[in-house]
Amino acid sequence: MKEFITFIQQLINGLSLGSVYALMALGYTMVYGIAKMLNFAHGDIIMVGAYTVSIVCSIAGFSPMAAVLASIVVCTALGVTIEKIAYKPLRNASPLAVLITAIGVSYFLQSVALLIFGSKARKVQSVLNLESVKIGGVDLSGVALVIIFITILIMILLTLFIKCTKVGKAMLAVSEDRGAAQLMGINVNATISMTFAIGSALAAIAGVLFVSSYGYVDPYTGALPGIKTFVAAVIGGIGSIPGAMFGGIVLGIIESLSKAYISTDLADAIVFGVLIVVLLFKPAGMLGKKKITKV
Amino acid sequence: MENKKSILFAIIAIVIFIALFTLVEMGLLSRQYMGLLVPICVNIILAVSLNLIVGFLGELSLGHAGFMSIGAYAGCLFTVYANLPPFIEIPLALIIGGLVAALFGFIIGIPALRLRGDYLAIVTLGFGEIVRSVLNSLKIVGGSGGLKGINSGMHKSDYYIVAYIVVIITILVISNFINSRHGRAVKAIRDNVIAAESVGINVVYYKILGFVIAAFFAGMAGVLYGHNIGILKPATFDFNKSIEILVMVIMGSMGNIPGSIIAAIILTVLPEALRFLQDYRMLIYAVALILIMLFSSNPTLIEFRKKIFGKKEKGGK
Amino acid sequence: MALLDVKELGISFGGLRAVDNFNLKIEEGQLYGLIGPNGAGKTTIFNLLTGVYKPTDGSFNFNGKEMAGSSPMAINKSGIARTFQNIRLFDNMSVIENVMVGLHNQSNVSLAESILRLPKFKKGEVEMREKAFNLLKIFDLDKDADSLASNLPYGKQRKLEIARALATNPKLLLLDEPAAGMNPNETAELMNTIALIRDKFKIAILLIEHDMSLVMGICERIVVVEYGRVICDDIPEVVRNNPKVISAYLGE
Repeated sequence: MKEFITFIQQLINGLSLGSVYALMALGYTMVYGIAKMLNFAHGDIIMVGAYTVSIVCSIAGFSPMAAVLASIVVCTALGVTIEKIAYKPLRNASPLAVLITAIGVSYFLQSVALLIFGSKARKVQSVLNLESVKIGGVDLSGVALVIIFITILIMILLTLFIKCTKVGKAMLAVSEDRGAAQLMGINVNATISMTFAIGSALAAIAGVLFVSSYGYVDPYTGALPGIKTFVAAVIGGIGSIPGAMFGGIVLGIIESLSKAYISTDLADAIVFGVLIVVLLFKPAGMLGKKKITKV
Repeated sequence: MENKKSILFAIIAIVIFIALFTLVEMGLLSRQYMGLLVPICVNIILAVSLNLIVGFLGELSLGHAGFMSIGAYAGCLFTVYANLPPFIEIPLALIIGGLVAALFGFIIGIPALRLRGDYLAIVTLGFGEIVRSVLNSLKIVGGSGGLKGINSGMHKSDYYIVAYIVVIITILVISNFINSRHGRAVKAIRDNVIAAESVGINVVYYKILGFVIAAFFAGMAGVLYGHNIGILKPATFDFNKSIEILVMVIMGSMGNIPGSIIAAIILTVLPEALRFLQDYRMLIYAVALILIMLFSSNPTLIEFRKKIFGKKEKGGK
Repeated sequence: MALLDVKELGISFGGLRAVDNFNLKIEEGQLYGLIGPNGAGKTTIFNLLTGVYKPTDGSFNFNGKEMAGSSPMAINKSGIARTFQNIRLFDNMSVIENVMVGLHNQSNVSLAESILRLPKFKKGEVEMREKAFNLLKIFDLDKDADSLASNLPYGKQRKLEIARALATNPKLLLLDEPAAGMNPNETAELMNTIALIRDKFKIAILLIEHDMSLVMGICERIVVVEYGRVICDDIPEVVRNNPKVISAYLGE
């Protein structure tokens, strides 16, 4: 019985971690689906969001809510700026050049953070101070519940946004066929900028939730989780919102269970191992669709 | 023309060898720079071999440090357990390290067949991380504490010669490969896979071959590194190491072997010479990556660059 | 027995039947035209015959071997070479290197011989360069041998693609709109060259062309497709007067 409770506990931890991953994965999936690029720096935007929360909360003494808003503003502005300066000039360049640039941007953000804040981890007050709930011996942390709730809410809002608004439909059109969308009078550049704005805002929220459960931030906070959530997006099927949710949660549960039952050291290795296996057998991801290359 | 190039290469190689040998033997190099000789060799091998994947095969590998570490551990474990005279032990260790790494190159080459660029980049990154975590938790190779006691008993000045020879072999093998029908097949795959298949190129074979050759030399570089330092720690071979090698390839210009060599030398010596810039190193790398990509791929910026540098630039080979 | 014998070949993309019940027989040395309005499935037929797409049904026999479902590489090795409607050159390689890639499978210089720069490698390399150069001459590209393929003007890029395809020593050459984007003079000149290489290399050619009158001049037989189906397969004189063909081109 005790073992079973631990297992459920780990499962819920995984679900909560997975929800944060799902939020991050959304940013990847949107940008990949619409701008057709892997925004390597997405994880580092999360890091910037976390630093913003930490600074606004502890130094300026603002309320947590103000900190969250500040973080969203900062990340959105950053995301759009990065797109303008680094990615937009390369819109017709080879995917290799774009990917290398994105890696450069990721490194840039990390090293700037390193120069400003140093490598020491910085404590972040949790913006979510909640009691945990006990159900049948399982400890449900309030933070975990809120994270899961927020993720589901955002997922629904985003789906509605894409399905029902003009901008959302423009995004779908650009992701389907950029050239045709342009011919139909859609402003492709503006749509891609919008995608980066939304993706970065989501990164900000993910950043807040991420540090709320970890309690600290350092310049590398976003890097590895960033890569892992791209993995999640790929496992789910890139470009698909339910896919990001699915991939994020699967990843969170795998990681949490590996840490509990196999080894903390090997948890990341297992996550990447799963990715490689999924990609080998289902290159389009679990919920993605296969595309036919035109010759 | 091909012959002239080979002769030029031989002359340069011999001149550099004699120059280095005299400098080392006469004690004209400071300790600091002596200490850089092997790292320079290691980085040249890494950069040239990664260039084969990135510049010639056109795939982004973010796990080159993974191949390096596998080779390093395999070769150095051999040295730790074998007790042979150094002149037999080190070449054997190099070959073992190279072969084991090549085996993993083969394994990583398989997903390369099915996945497009960015997915493959993540797979190679994941591969590097898997290797590092596994080495970290493997007690037989010392775990995170590292594999200690790698000593072949070879004299330092002899070791420089070994390292130099391995560099020459790497450059020769990879550039000879590139300038043959096999290398042309690899470049054709990079430029247009569908067209390459349509003229009967075996894409499966050449993609995997590219990864195998590159991994083989990265493994040898790892063995050279291990025997120079005497200890191997998994943390050395992290994602940052892979990126560092990538920066060398990009700075030296993709698909350009002399460029990779020069960039590897500069990026090994410069951080030593400019210690005060240590903190800014990653920042400089990052900015360099972005600027090089922008100036080599954005039409407006390419025009701008050509205006400034005039006609010195000519179409690459 | 015909060189190429296509039987009831078909492919669907999702619900779309792109090519349906396609039959074709090409004899050795024959110059065949494949025409049809935009979106009729001409290029899809090429993609099926070269293994880029796997047919959902039907089969085709080439030079006595069943080839449907084989890889593009295997099909090329069996003797079918092609060009592409949207030019696909090896952009960052020189013009002569492009052709040398086409010659790849005719050389047996091994990896070891190449890396060790053995005499056999040097001899093989010289021979290959010479062969490639001769092919370039046919298309008047010899002066551009060392320039970058992507730097060639459009018309020359199309010719280079044909030269590269020819380098693979095919028995059947599939040309996908080789004259697209050329002016009438260039087109006429190219059609002459095509007839010439057919005679010189003794190969069969299947030619996609948009412009019906163009192919009429040089092709011995013409197959017309519309909506993925053959509507006529005959000699030019008959095709020209076929009411179905006329309505496909001029509308009802």
